[in-house]
Amino acid sequence: MSAAAEKPPQASILIVDDEAVVRDSLTKWFRQDGYRVESAADAVQALKRMNEGPWDVILLDIKMPGMSGLELLKQLREIDRRTAVVMITAFATVESAVQALKDGAFDYVTKPVDPDHLSHLVANAIRQRKLSEENVSLREQISELAKSDEIVGDSPQMKKVIEMIRTVAGTDTTVMIRGESGTGKELIARAIHANSARRYFPIIPVSCGAVPETLLESELFGHERGAFTGAQYRRKGKFEMADGGTIFLDEIGTVSPKMQVELLRVIETKQFMRVGGSEVITSDFRIICATNSDLEAGVRAGTFREDLYYRLNVFTIFIPPIRERRTDIPPLAGHFLRKYAVAMNRPVSGISSEAMDLLVRYDWPGNVREIENVIERAMVLAKPPLVQPDDLPFQLVEKQPMPSGGSLAAVERAHVANILQQTGWNITRAAEILEIDRVTLYNKIAKYGLKKP
Amino acid sequence: MASVLLPKGTIRIIPITPVDEQLLASLPDPLESAFKLPAAVEEENHMDPSFAYDLSRTQYNSTLLISAFLDRWKGNEGKILGVTSVDLFVPVLTYVFGEAQLDGPIAVVSTYRLDETLYGLPPSPKLAAARLLKEAIHELGHTFGLIHCHEFECVMHSSTAVEEIDLKSAQFCVACEGRLRGKVEEMLPGVER
Repeated sequence: MSAAAEKPPQASILIVDDEAVVRDSLTKWFRQDGYRVESAADAVQALKRMNEGPWDVILLDIKMPGMSGLELLKQLREIDRRTAVVMITAFATVESAVQALKDGAFDYVTKPVDPDHLSHLVANAIRQRKLSEENVSLREQISELAKSDEIVGDSPQMKKVIEMIRTVAGTDTTVMIRGESGTGKELIARAIHANSARRYFPIIPVSCGAVPETLLESELFGHERGAFTGAQYRRKGKFEMADGGTIFLDEIGTVSPKMQVELLRVIETKQFMRVGGSEVITSDFRIICATNSDLEAGVRAGTFREDLYYRLNVFTIFIPPIRERRTDIPPLAGHFLRKYAVAMNRPVSGISSEAMDLLVRYDWPGNVREIENVIERAMVLAKPPLVQPDDLPFQLVEKQPMPSGGSLAAVERAHVANILQQTGWNITRAAEILEIDRVTLYNKIAKYGLKKP
Repeated sequence: MASVLLPKGTIRIIPITPVDEQLLASLPDPLESAFKLPAAVEEENHMDPSFAYDLSRTQYNSTLLISAFLDRWKGNEGKILGVTSVDLFVPVLTYVFGEAQLDGPIAVVSTYRLDETLYGLPPSPKLAAARLLKEAIHELGHTFGLIHCHEFECVMHSSTAVEEIDLKSAQFCVACEGRLRGKVEEMLPGVER
């Protein structure tokens, strides 16, 4: 779980409605939200409760016997103008709603109320009252970095990454996180968010490469009911959900040219429409994006828009691969060992020095994710109390020394042999590292007479 | 209908017909893990919700369903989770994913709005099961006295739209887990879990 969001002080809601079922439903609903809730069945009770206040929000029925909701609104506002009054009506006439707003109502809703709308409306009303009342902004100084438990590593490179998180978190700057697959780019994004003034709002991750192109527009911007066949209900998009918070666009390099145009527009205007909709939605979000691809090459090749590239590439954090910060391997292995010992209820308490030696010397093409997978597997196999070399999925052998002054073929042979050893003769993985296809790799194995040990 | 009373510290899942049985069958194990209490689907005593149907809204009143469970399981000391495929509402709201008694014995959840096809998207039984689990844990959490949590990833975070359910995890945050354990300990003193 992310760094704990501090719970705001308990806000209060007064519900004024002559229908018992409405009072009961809303009272119960808002109590589950942690609000202090009281209700009143008529104007007399409401005024009495008002004097017992203060209240952050009043939900006030516009049609009540005796004194009307509109008249009561005026009287309530005379007692405390800071309370946000939300009018509820089953008869949504434009006239009464407009009059209520003129008389100082915060907003109005129509019965039955969309729970999503009501929930956000009340939260906004409370936020507005708190902000104006206490004149405080959420932009507090970040005195200490709330570091995610999952970010492990004391190497100079990781210390620099953490320092960069600290520098950029308190700003609203767009951040580009770069690093090989498995280096933990999302964790870094979450750490930035958790240390920003936006931490009371969500971080919304979008894996751009995982969403089919046809669904990405709806995924990002949402869609209205009836926008396409079968869409019986409205869906909010990721940009709308990120209002107040952060949107994390992972694998940004995979986005199609068409979506790049859409993204550029929404980043510049912070406005968009749901698919099939005409209402302009405004959302206040911060962008963090990540990629393991060469965006600059994409720009040169014309597959990635240059204007979008400059919009996104404002502050870059580069996460070095594990092989460039081997001192992080023991603490990472220890972290995952403790994690899986608890999860699997296995009394394995450590890693033998021989096994640790193998772990440190291995090159980890899959980076932190691969370390986690290897330790998880080892935890299944290990005989307590320690993980031993045999529990590891690779047999690390000494690297073949590179021939000095030899021919190109000799150097290639040694390099291919090293990569094969490093990957435990996993052809797919070795081919990936060598950036050649598997057939070519098989040909080289045959050509150089390499044999699996 | 005569029902065997549930002892303290048990969770009984009761089908409110119609219900997707595959989704229902996915619940007991993860619920046991989440609450560290035995959970099982009730073989008999399924509930017919027709009495709670509202013709004008073409939906079912979840508050009436909870009242009916309370009547039927009078004296029960365990927790009851009604699960249904029909669309639920409470009178003032257009819909609810579920409803529960805060610190009481009964919760109900609906799978109706958890289905991707309702939003015009390709079917995903896996996603529906994940959403149902979160909503089931969430509503049962209320029956243990837990209120909505401000942690966005905590299962007790309020979700009023299906995309918000996807945002949270099926786990309690540290604070809610602590409150839950305290409640369970209060209910079953001395039982190590």
